Amino acid sequence: MSTTIAAPLTNSLTAGKLPKHTSVAVLVASWLVTAAVFLMLQLSGATQGFNVAGTLVFGTVLYGVAIYLLSYFVEGVRKAKDRLVTALVTAAFVVALLPLVSLVSTTLANGLPAFLTPTFFTSSQRSIVGAGGGALHAVVGTLFITGLAGLISVPIGLLTAIYLTEYGRGRLARAITFFVDVMTGIPSIVAGLFAFALFSLLFNDPGIRFGFGGAIALTVLMIPVVVRSSEEMLKLVPNELREAAYALGVPKWLTILKVVLPTSIAGIITGIMISISRVIGETAPLLIISGFTASMNYNLFGERMMTLPVFVYTQYANQGADAQAYVDRAWAGALTLILIVMLLNGLARLIAKIFSPKLGR
Amino acid sequence: MTTAVDSDALRATQRPGDRIFSTSTLVAGSLILAVLAAVAVFLIVQSVPAFLAVPDDFDPGVNNFWGYVWPLAFGTLWSAFLALIMAIPVAIGIALFISHYAPRRLAQGLGYIIDLLAAVPSVVFGLWGIGVLAPMLQPFYKNLVAWFGWFPLFEGPVSGTGRTILTVAVVLAVMVLPIITAITREIFLQTPVLHEEAALALGATRWEMIKMAVLPFGRAGIISAAMLGLGRALGETMAVAMVLSPSPQVIFQLLTSQNPTTIAANIALNFPEAHGVGVNILLGTGLILFIITLAVNMLARYIINRRKAFSGAN
Repeated sequence: MSTTIAAPLTNSLTAGKLPKHTSVAVLVASWLVTAAVFLMLQLSGATQGFNVAGTLVFGTVLYGVAIYLLSYFVEGVRKAKDRLVTALVTAAFVVALLPLVSLVSTTLANGLPAFLTPTFFTSSQRSIVGAGGGALHAVVGTLFITGLAGLISVPIGLLTAIYLTEYGRGRLARAITFFVDVMTGIPSIVAGLFAFALFSLLFNDPGIRFGFGGAIALTVLMIPVVVRSSEEMLKLVPNELREAAYALGVPKWLTILKVVLPTSIAGIITGIMISISRVIGETAPLLIISGFTASMNYNLFGERMMTLPVFVYTQYANQGADAQAYVDRAWAGALTLILIVMLLNGLARLIAKIFSPKLGR
Repeated sequence: MTTAVDSDALRATQRPGDRIFSTSTLVAGSLILAVLAAVAVFLIVQSVPAFLAVPDDFDPGVNNFWGYVWPLAFGTLWSAFLALIMAIPVAIGIALFISHYAPRRLAQGLGYIIDLLAAVPSVVFGLWGIGVLAPMLQPFYKNLVAWFGWFPLFEGPVSGTGRTILTVAVVLAVMVLPIITAITREIFLQTPVLHEEAALALGATRWEMIKMAVLPFGRAGIISAAMLGLGRALGETMAVAMVLSPSPQVIFQLLTSQNPTTIAANIALNFPEAHGVGVNILLGTGLILFIITLAVNMLARYIINRRKAFSGAN
């Protein structure tokens, strides 16, 4: 009788696999190797200073090659491909974060000095040459123009959304849905040109510039966003609520006003705030129809009106003798804009989170 | 036997409130169609003088409107094309990362972070492009021209400022990234879970599962997302106007100081000083841009609507 001596049991489930933390170890190792190469380059005098960005980039590339080869010889080609794609997909996400981080950090660093000067929110640029002055005229103009655009486009957008969800059937509703979607893709500058073409014909003034035109241009850009978001929210209202109201003999219009709208109002407000944050940063249409000025202007219907995005652009584009002061103000304006937009977005998400209807899905 | 029902007897009473309300919603809806039509009509009316303009109205070397608009249209399409080539693979990667690779709990938060990119105003992107990105890329361009100058696209002499069409394309790519990501992400999340689980149960790795179940399901969505991104890139104004150092001609080289400019950027730069028929010419170029983006968007929406499940509305 021959007895077979059992070999030490290998766990067949983990056999032919790399240990759990291999990828992290390989990633750190490849960064270290690249760092060593760059350090040698620096010591030999080929490069000036230590190249951190190069280390990370080439280190990550090296990681992709290393993990592929390692996995190829241990786990086979299919698993190797899987690991390579995981690395690529994660890298894509990190690559997308880089511009965001860089943008926010440079805006903070360059914008804070001028942003914190006491005059920035208390005075305009009137008769200011060089440093000093502020962006009050631009902030006021932005609030006026965006506010008016909101006043016009929210009722129209909301009523259209109600039409599409509650009344609209057939060809007209389909056409409106389609063209609302198409309208979201209109370039902002075309909206500005439209407002200019309209008002220069109406008032027969080939050089017309005023705040109201800017509000109209922003309205064209804002309506489709309001319609789309409100429509989605109205569709979320369960049909049982409507039917319950009808069963009690409530007329349709009162059902919409007293049942459907209150149920979805949080989502609708969220959508409106996001659409405002979308148009508040628009530059091109306002540059064309509202123009730019250094003075305060509270009149939407006469004279040029400054807005924050245009302020940023003109401060950068038309630098005066003391160029640094203008660039600083441009960055401070950019910081103000980003803060407003982030605030609106954050508030919108908060409202959506707190008041959203609790649906059993 | 069917009994004839008097249809009038069953009709609900028409209250004045109902009439007023439904009519006002109908008017609002129709107003949107009217606005879109008005955009087209007023642009056409105002650009008629541009089509009839004589050579004296243009810069020397340009004879008519089409000679003026052609290099601009080329620049618009070329920069948007370059931006999309860079943005689409990265956007699909991000969408896959958020929908299939990231831990479930983090996924939504990561999606918000990418959406934040969409919230940054374009003028800030312009400031960033000219202040940070262009100086950063310039040394890289110098090496690229030194090593790969034999390749027609990378021919020298290299731009000294980095304000080239390639920098613009990078900025545009960053700007269209969120919109492409948002749509592809939504589509990837709608892949039937049973398809994914079936693939995994047959022993597929995660990548094989994505290749067999997720990507084929999302193909139409990826195409239309890319086209919506294209529409955004075509119409982007301020970032291009600020970053690019323009020269209105057809040039394919990516890294020289001679760059084709775009319709939108050309309008933004020249409109404040334009007068007389010059205004009409710029409005005419705006009309061309409107037509191009309208066509791209309508095609994209048509593709999306053909597969209604992608719209997220239902």
